[in-house]
Amino acid sequence: MAKLNMVEAINLALREEMERDSRIIVMGEDVGKEGGVFRVTDGLQQKFGADRVIDTPLAEAGIVGTAFGMAVNGLHPIAEIQFEGFLYPCLDQINNHIGRIRNRSRGRFTCPLVIRSPYGGGIHAPEHHSDSPEAILAHIPGIKVVIPSTPYEAKGLLISSIRDPDPVIFFEPKRIYRAIREEVSEGDYAIPLGKARLVQEGKDVTIIAWGAMVREALNAAEQLKGDKIESEVIDLRTISPMDVETIITSIRKTGRGVIVHEAPRTCGLGAEIIALINEKALLSLQAPIERVTGFDIPVPLPKTEHYYLPNPKRIVMAVKKVMNF
Amino acid sequence: MSLTEDYDPLKGKMLQILKPDGTLLPGEKPPLSDEETFTLYQKMVFIRLADQRALMLQRQGRFGTYAPIWGQEACQVGSTCALQKSDWVVPAFREIGATLMMGIPLKKFYLYWMGNEMGSQAPEGINVMPVSVPVGSQTLHAVGIAWAGKLKGEKIVSIVYFGDGATSKGDFHEAMNLAGVFKTPTLFFCQNNQYAISVPRSLQTASKTIAQKAIAYGLSGIQVDGNDLFAVFAATKEAVEKARSGGGPTLIEGVTFRFGPHTTADDPTKYRTEEEIEPWRPLDPLVRLRLYLKEKGLWNEGVEQGLTEEAQKEIDQAVKDAEAVPVPEVEEIFKYVFAEMTPQLREQMEYVKSTLA
Repeated sequence: MAKLNMVEAINLALREEMERDSRIIVMGEDVGKEGGVFRVTDGLQQKFGADRVIDTPLAEAGIVGTAFGMAVNGLHPIAEIQFEGFLYPCLDQINNHIGRIRNRSRGRFTCPLVIRSPYGGGIHAPEHHSDSPEAILAHIPGIKVVIPSTPYEAKGLLISSIRDPDPVIFFEPKRIYRAIREEVSEGDYAIPLGKARLVQEGKDVTIIAWGAMVREALNAAEQLKGDKIESEVIDLRTISPMDVETIITSIRKTGRGVIVHEAPRTCGLGAEIIALINEKALLSLQAPIERVTGFDIPVPLPKTEHYYLPNPKRIVMAVKKVMNF
Repeated sequence: MSLTEDYDPLKGKMLQILKPDGTLLPGEKPPLSDEETFTLYQKMVFIRLADQRALMLQRQGRFGTYAPIWGQEACQVGSTCALQKSDWVVPAFREIGATLMMGIPLKKFYLYWMGNEMGSQAPEGINVMPVSVPVGSQTLHAVGIAWAGKLKGEKIVSIVYFGDGATSKGDFHEAMNLAGVFKTPTLFFCQNNQYAISVPRSLQTASKTIAQKAIAYGLSGIQVDGNDLFAVFAATKEAVEKARSGGGPTLIEGVTFRFGPHTTADDPTKYRTEEEIEPWRPLDPLVRLRLYLKEKGLWNEGVEQGLTEEAQKEIDQAVKDAEAVPVPEVEEIFKYVFAEMTPQLREQMEYVKSTLA
């Protein structure tokens, strides 16, 4: 087994899946010859040819809108949007067509499509390269939203996303593209969509996170051990549909919760999770759920980005607040 | 010489074969046999009557908001009759003609506009996409569909319908560009009916023609008299053959006129005068075919009456059948969102059910 980072793990998943199924094609800006700006698709065009790994013109809605047509007519496209900040022109296609076609045609036409995009902050990127738009996507019916948190997870979740009969938005936390290296098995393993991962068990508080924030949560949990606080850490993995059961089971056990996300606070997924907990586990709560989130501002440029991003310190403070309520 | 060369958009010529008076232009031959022409005329009569019925049903509250075809029958009948059964049609929302021509039953068509998604479920083997309401967004789908066909080695073509308004949208330009770069077997059929709701063609673009937009993307383009069945058919046939043999996409601009409102929710007297409509009346696509067929001895008042009665009977039955479809059960609105219902959807469905008890 090789130790891979997330970029390599995703590349491996694409490679293996493309070998398995000739209907799978990769398309996007700079994905071919260049192998993607983050090298996620490195070497794929050399291996599978320019008909299956397609360098497209610079047109995000065009990429996603044609990928939709391809999926309807029997291919399994994996479209890359180079950065999440360029995904917004695609929302018309995603909301009005991609998420609806199965329903609108009562099953006659379907859209087995994956849209991959690096997302999130923390790499000192230029403007429009650090957003976390997952809640916007999670609000759209008919699509699934998946976010991996480690290389191993990324491979297994991407395999499931590719094999899913419905459209999946696959957000890759670019901050940890190369930050974590771990054993990633070759060959086929699929991590089911819609199931969260219990990263670490604990009895005192539940910390819910996804993507790059899982690492921050684990870091906070480690620090909290010094205060004799045992944190249970949940990696949501699939943002939509969410694994409500795992969240509720954990909250019933710990009675306390902290939700961590990079996205802006208002109408972020944290709000939805709190609503679900209120509906299903209110009487188990020992304290109001805390949110550690980005703010309702555009993600700042590198000089001040650190004010914006949730970090272990803020998570520790939030956990202490719910513990001392 | 091909038609797209003869009628290169930059030459500013519009292809016409059958004149409004029902005679052929000098030197032109009909591209369809008398028998084919009569059959297509019959289809156009049927489509016009089925469209009028839809309008009537809407006025009676038995139909939802509806976008009538009235005036654009030749565009849709002339283009679809150049297709094969396995080809793909990607409609906008005024495509009763193209839809029925591809074999979607009228009952299904009515069902959709009566508010039942089952009406968008094309029967297996008929590749007609559901209507696309977001203007122009479907142009990209036709490119993707044709592109997939090309990559799979299938000999299919796709045709996408849209209006003059859609040519102002970004998706249209991205679609033309992608189709040009990858030479997808796609036909872009613009029904230039002179109005996008209230906005006239002159405010939509400063281009002299819509067909000329093809030039910028390296596509073939041609402007045809959209009320001339023969011209539409001839141009489409050539474009289909070209696309099917790997020659790439074509933009066809059918110059036509929407006699009716944009939809039943619209009052066209607010933005266009009777004087403006008047010159278009003699250009009606059915009128010239009638004159043409009359000259051939294939049409008279009696024939028309026969066609009409036959059509009305079939339309009556389709209305009856569509209205007899019961209101679907609650499950219907949840069960097609994903291949497998999520726990969330199941919970929401059970909730609605509990409120209905």
